Order: sequence, then C-alpha cells, then structure tokens
Amino acid sequence: MLSEHELSLKSIEYRKTILRIIKQAKAGHTGGSLSCVDILNVLYNQVLRVSPETFHHPERDRYIQSKGHSVEALYTVLADRGFFPCQALDTLCRHQSHLIGHPTRKVNGIELNSGALGHGLSIGVGMALAGKMDHLPYRVYVLLGDGELAEGSCWEASMTAAHYGLDNLVAIVDRNRLQITGNTETVNPLEPLAAKFSAFGYAVRSVDGNDIHELVNAFGQVPFEQGKPNLIIARTIKGKGVSFMENNVTWHHHVPTDSEYAAALCELDAARARLQEAAWS
Amino acid sequence: MELGRPNLDEFASTLFALAQHDRNILVVTSDSRGSGKLTPFGLQLPDQLVEVGIAEQNLVGVAAGLASTGKRVFAVSPACFLTARGLEQIKNDLAYSDIPAKIIGISAGVSYGALGSTHHSLHDFAVLRAIHNITIIAPADNFETRSTIQAILDYPHPVYVRFGKAPQYHLHPPDTRFEIGKAITITGGHDVCFVACGETVSMAYAASQVLAAEGLTCRVISMHTVKPLDVETLVLAAQETKALITVEEHSVHGGLGEACASALLERGFCLPFKITGIPDEYTVTGSQAEIFNDYGISPEGLAATARQLLQRQPT
Repeated sequence: MLSEHELSLKSIEYRKTILRIIKQAKAGHTGGSLSCVDILNVLYNQVLRVSPETFHHPERDRYIQSKGHSVEALYTVLADRGFFPCQALDTLCRHQSHLIGHPTRKVNGIELNSGALGHGLSIGVGMALAGKMDHLPYRVYVLLGDGELAEGSCWEASMTAAHYGLDNLVAIVDRNRLQITGNTETVNPLEPLAAKFSAFGYAVRSVDGNDIHELVNAFGQVPFEQGKPNLIIARTIKGKGVSFMENNVTWHHHVPTDSEYAAALCELDAARARLQEAAWS
Repeated sequence: MELGRPNLDEFASTLFALAQHDRNILVVTSDSRGSGKLTPFGLQLPDQLVEVGIAEQNLVGVAAGLASTGKRVFAVSPACFLTARGLEQIKNDLAYSDIPAKIIGISAGVSYGALGSTHHSLHDFAVLRAIHNITIIAPADNFETRSTIQAILDYPHPVYVRFGKAPQYHLHPPDTRFEIGKAITITGGHDVCFVACGETVSMAYAASQVLAAEGLTCRVISMHTVKPLDVETLVLAAQETKALITVEEHSVHGGLGEACASALLERGFCLPFKITGIPDEYTVTGSQAEIFNDYGISPEGLAATARQLLQRQPT
C-alpha cells in the first residue's frame, strides 16, 4: 500500500496528466477534475477493493462517478491502475475513441454510463441494496458534484438510502463551491449542507478533500455509524494545484493555452520538488 | 370469445409465481404496489419488493443499480409517470448503459380515463422509440402478458412493457407461439388489415367480425412488440391486403402507426392507410371505453374506417 507521501506525489503526476490530455484533446473539465483527483487517488490506490483482474467479481467494491464531467481525472487514475493502457489517454475525445467526455462502460473499469447529473446516487443505492440482500461485503462509492445536488433525484435517492440503512454506501460530495455559473451559494444555495444530509439520515463527515491524510483517515472510518449511509463532504478547491486556476470559475471547462500549460507544469513540478525535499529533511 | 381478466392481474400473478422460485426476482415500486396488484407479492415475498416511494427517477435508477448486480428487476409504476418523470433514467441508466432491468408501465394509455391527461400515457411509445436499445411491448391479452413476462425475464437488455387495467378477451388458442419482435396474426384476410397493439387488438378483432358479416375478410395482427417492429409480417400484410389500419391506445404521433407508415413507405409500399389512435388535441373526458368510442377505437368505428378506405358503403 502506498504511503501518504507517495499518494501525494501521485496526485501531482495525475494533475499533470489531466492537464496534458485536456490540452491535447482541446476539451475537458479542468477545474472539476483537479478538485476531485485527490479523492480518486485515495479511493483507487488505498480504499477500493477492485483491480483490473477483479473488476467483474461480484464482491468488488463499486465506484460511480455521478459528476461524470470530471472524467479526465477518472481516466487518468484508471489508466495508472492498469485498467487500460496509458497510451489510450491520448485518444481522449477523438473520433471513435471510447474515452469520451463522460464515463461509459466501454472503458474498462467503469461500472455504468454517467454524465447526466443526479443519476449516480440512485444507481449506487440499488447496488448497495443488492449487496445487503446477498450479504456481500462490498461497498459502493458515489462521487457527487456540489452543483449536482440541485437535482431533486439526489434527495430521492438519499431518502431510500436511509430507509434501507445502507451503511455500505459512501457518498462523497466534491464541495468545490463553484458551478459553471458561479458560486453555488449564489446560484441556488446548498448550505447548511451537512445539516441537510444529517436530516436525510446520513452519518456525515466533513474533510479537506485535497488533503490525502484527511481523506485516508475518513475512508478508514467507514461505516461511520451502523445502519446509516455514509456521506463525506470533501471540501475541495476547484482547479486545485495550479494557482491561476484555483477558485476561478473560468476554468470549469477552459482548455489551457501553451503558455498556461507550461506555467501550470512549472507550478506542479515545483510542488513535487517541495514534497520530496520535505520528505528528505 | 371468452373474457379474461385484466392484463395487470395476469402480470402480477405471473411474476409472483416466478418470484416464489427465484429470490433474485425483485419488484421495485413507487408507492404503486396497490395499483400494480402487487400487494400480495409484497406481503408474501417482502424481501423481494423494494419500495422507493413516489419517486420515479429514483425508481429507475435504483432498478438499474440492482439489475447491474445480476438481480432480475421489474420496476413497476403508472406508465404516465414512469416514462415521463423517469425518462432520463430510462435513457441513460438502462438503455445507454445496457442494464437489463424491465420497466412495467401500468394503467397505460387512457386506462385512468376520467382522471384526465395528467394520468394518461399517450407519449410513451413515441419517446421510447426514439431511444436506442429499449424494447417496447404492449401485450393484448392475458396470454400475451404471461408470455411477455416469461420472455423478458432473461432478456439481456432493457424492456418496457405497458398494459391497462380493463379485462381482456382471450385472443389466442393455447398453442400460440410468442416471440419478442414477432407479431401474431389472429385472423387471416385479404380485404383490410388491422395492425393493433395492447388493449385495442380486441377492438380490431371485433371490427373484423362486423366486416365479416358484410362479406369482407380482415387480417388482424397483434403487433405486441412496437419496437423492434415485425416488418416482415407488416410487409406481407401490405402485399396481401387492400388497405391497412393501425390501432393503438397512444397519440397518433410517434407510435405504432407512424412506425408502420415509415417502414412501409421506405420499402415502397403505398396503399390506403389510416393511423387510429388518440388525436393531437386535448383528450375528451370520460372512461377508457368512452374515450375509445369518441375516437373511433371501437368495433363500429374501426369498421367505418375500413369501409372508408375501401370506398364501400355500409351494408
């Protein structure tokens, strides 16, 4: 199992890959992929009991990316974990490539097609319920966007999750506070979000969603309470890791120019050097 | 011809009989177990009934999640809500993702008659026909209902089945063969052909009896599978009869009639042709039978349409 230091280094490499493939494809959701990639890193390298070899095993853990538009982060992590060759990343959004702008089952490692918001949680509820019925030990992880929570179907699914006591379901909200129009609290306010989820019957934890240590710790505590679905509010920064992309709504799906890409790589390389230096000292 | 029971009852008892021997058969309901005649199912097999409340989007999503694990899932909800409220989930979570959950639209068409247009489903064929990878079946009688449920149980792709709640006449002899996508010809004939589905098939059959008394021979086809359409049977009918009338409990737009029209025109067939269904207007109020009557979906109404196409006077 990778150390937290190694996971942190991986996050930097993942961010570089995400930017590279988005730039190459001239399309992608830059900000959201950078905000959720630490969550995916910890899930796929530390938490999920799934691998290319066990992907069809009935007892595998399931991951549903309900905020399907941040697919570049998912492709990057899946390729690194060996679900498909890394070279395939170069085909992102190309004619006849399976690696399109939202997840599909044609890509090895992806459970179900997603991308229309408000779908993933109900699917996760169904999967988790089936696990309970068959007494199987797997867990189901669903990544939601915060803007996505305006979809009423998320709350329909939440009611069912609590009704059936699905403590094998882990919903994670990528709480980067920005959606395409602007701040979530000015578009259609979500707060008090933790209180809302608690009222819907979840056991709720709030963590820094870009902090490997906090993520590892939170996932390690699942189930938070017996008989209650788990919900992690992962406080993240949209565009995390590149100063001029952070908290800037323009980067929702902006593609970096040559100079922006070079500047971003410089920052990420410097971050890597700082991490390595800190480890040596 | 003997009157059977509502297809809804036949569906519920067929599914219950199957589910008793297979705990992987699950029913998912949206506060619809009563309307779906599934209360006994829920009482006797409580672990095989999943209740999501009045939430059709969630109903289809949960059904998809369950079915993705290998469960044999039947999501049951009034057709009007299921195929409108839950449409995006049907499109993405079932059809696009190719998850073989079965969705059952109950009290379809104008079964809820006097409850009004909120409760009518006159759009379901149209919207689902435009979505790739979902089979659409409207069984005509108890035999077709029973056969449909048996046929789709292990069908590896999503299927939509819709039926109403009025008792239906037994239309087929016991040795009839049922196959998804293969229409059943109930009576042969060369003057006029009725291509119908669901609860309008018995009307078409009754119309054929009215016309038989006038010396006209009618072919009556139950096109239970609206998609994929049995083009072979349809083309044969166009070749061998003088006029063709489609009948459906659906809008005249986008349903069985337009499916038949495009299939025939694309193959170069041009014959006297009429789409009978619910016209594009605020639907008249009344019971299912009264609405049918108003729009000519009745033995006399369909016979009149046939005469008109054949340019014959009533005898």
